[in-house]
Amino acid sequence: MRQEAAPDEGVAARATSPESIAAELASVSYLADQSLATVIFLALRLGKPVLLEGAPGVGKTEAAKAIARILGRDLVRLQCYEGIDAAQALYEWNYQRQLLAIRQAGERDVDIYDDRFLIARPLLKVLNAPQDSVLVVDEIDRADHEFEALLLEFLSDFQISIPERGTLCAASRPVVVLTSNRTRDLAEALRRRCVYHYIDYPDAAREAAIIMLQAGDVAEATARAVARAVRDIRARPLAKPPGIAEAIEWANAATVLEKGGSPWPEAFRRAIGMLVKDEEDLAALRPELGDIVEAALS
Amino acid sequence: MMAAPCLPRAAAPLVAFAQLLRQSEFPISSEQVIDFLKAVALLGPRSMDHLFDAARATFGPSPDRGEEFALLFRRHFYGEVDGPDDGVKGAKAQRAEADDAVGQRARDVRREKGGTLSSAAEVLSARQWDGDCDDRGALSRFRRLLGRSLPARASFRMVSARAQGQLDLRRSLRTLVRTDGDVPCPRLRRRKPVQRNLLVLIDISGSMKLHTADYLNVAHAIVRGADRAEVFTLGTRLTRITAALRPANPARAFERVSDCVEDWDGGTRIGSSLGALVAFPRFAAFARGAAILILSDALERGSHEEMERAIRQLSRRAFRLSLATPLAADPQFQPETAALRGILPVLDDLIDGSSISSLTRFILALGTPGAVARDKGKREQCDR
Repeated sequence: MRQEAAPDEGVAARATSPESIAAELASVSYLADQSLATVIFLALRLGKPVLLEGAPGVGKTEAAKAIARILGRDLVRLQCYEGIDAAQALYEWNYQRQLLAIRQAGERDVDIYDDRFLIARPLLKVLNAPQDSVLVVDEIDRADHEFEALLLEFLSDFQISIPERGTLCAASRPVVVLTSNRTRDLAEALRRRCVYHYIDYPDAAREAAIIMLQAGDVAEATARAVARAVRDIRARPLAKPPGIAEAIEWANAATVLEKGGSPWPEAFRRAIGMLVKDEEDLAALRPELGDIVEAALS
Repeated sequence: MMAAPCLPRAAAPLVAFAQLLRQSEFPISSEQVIDFLKAVALLGPRSMDHLFDAARATFGPSPDRGEEFALLFRRHFYGEVDGPDDGVKGAKAQRAEADDAVGQRARDVRREKGGTLSSAAEVLSARQWDGDCDDRGALSRFRRLLGRSLPARASFRMVSARAQGQLDLRRSLRTLVRTDGDVPCPRLRRRKPVQRNLLVLIDISGSMKLHTADYLNVAHAIVRGADRAEVFTLGTRLTRITAALRPANPARAFERVSDCVEDWDGGTRIGSSLGALVAFPRFAAFARGAAILILSDALERGSHEEMERAIRQLSRRAFRLSLATPLAADPQFQPETAALRGILPVLDDLIDGSSISSLTRFILALGTPGAVARDKGKREQCDR
């Protein structure tokens, strides 16, 4: 008989409306816009994985961490890379211990496919304790196509087939978040199984709010100016457009410099290394930086 | 539709929207439609925004087609009259404006007199091919050979090997367990080779008019034959044509290409087009460790600094950066233009791109360093 992972009642009860999700996310210092809150709400209620795509540094992984915090669960993170395979994602047998057990058993019968010899990797870990964890499959676009295929079984039915043991099925549907930087297109089959959201850079007002929330002691005017300047800089053809984390660092660094005695425009200019981390981008920006900062401060 | 009578009447427009999406070649599964209906029910829906968010979340259109999706949504639910085609054009026009912004600086300082054929004026025009090509046989041979001869890199993934590998502890121990402690022979493994990305950039400006058809034929064979290849056209703007080249029938593929490219035989803005490629994280990431082949005469109208900058950026990412120019077919050819001299130090190869046979020969030799890469300019410079 085929088992089915039942929807997680606890999670469904927490998610009452997109607005309540947005409020809860805000209470753990993550400011989500309405569509992201709606997507998270739908994913929790439908019991489906969330697929978050977006440029590097728009807060995809942060969103996953925030979900784990509002649900009060551990975050199990699977960082993908080229060449990742089942042994790192699902499970592995502990051969050394199996060998030892065979030696020690001597004439006695020993089950070498016992739980003792199974090393659980992130997916299996989450499958065993779906009520206590949130799984993040980070930067799935770095993994090979084969790995995506491997994920399909897990994401659609929340089960893993271990040839020696049969099929393991989750007691309830775990909360899963996938992130992708869009360095390549993901398979349609994978997208279809997920609730999808493309995170764009936030608008200036929301970015200012994020900077205020995340940075240590940055004045509101500074946060606004940083958000405006960063928005202006992102519109240029840069090799690496600055993300939100860089904007926060820039605001922090400029504040520190200003307290150390640099006047405002100068403090921004001197801290630019925190924002733009590519020599050619810096060279292209430097002549215009003064104007950008002036415009943002005015 | 058997299930339609069972659905509440209010759900009919929602299901019809999914069908409309399918007609516009969005891949939508029935499961997604069910999820969409569930999502709408969960959200209330209290506003049209809810409906739109639910549709976007469950159907998951890729961001490239996001505007088209939004347009279809508006047309279906708000009854707006402008067809999706106009909308897509609108999106393209916006992109062109963005490209213009990129090219603005280059145009501000344009003083240099360029070749007569190479003009920066943006002339949008359409072009048709019937896919006829004398070298069809040679091209299909090229396509079959391509899979084996493109340069490869070592993947992180391991495959078992008979000889020449490191010890595969996991499999060896497994065999040991299976054979009860007996060791028949140790198992070996090695890194699996994967084809490197191949990035082909085709200059379709007026000065390259004679060769565009040949280049598209080669590009079609590449897209069909290589595992990981991307093809772009460079003119006054950058257009990705990989997806359009996918169909096996060349005539069909070229029809799709001529639909999606708008700047045939127009001016030359290689610099800003390449800049756009590097500025787009997804394509810039594709260029990392890739073999990059630029099919162009490198006759840039106006300042060539932007082109130099973009090519230098590409070369730092690339495994191998080659420029095929039809001008190199002339035995007297010397890379004398300022633009060519500027980029010569970062080019790996400068080759003759005047015929299909010379191009295919070079591409097949990409994996073997310097086999055909008799980089004219460089060698002669060294001789001097």
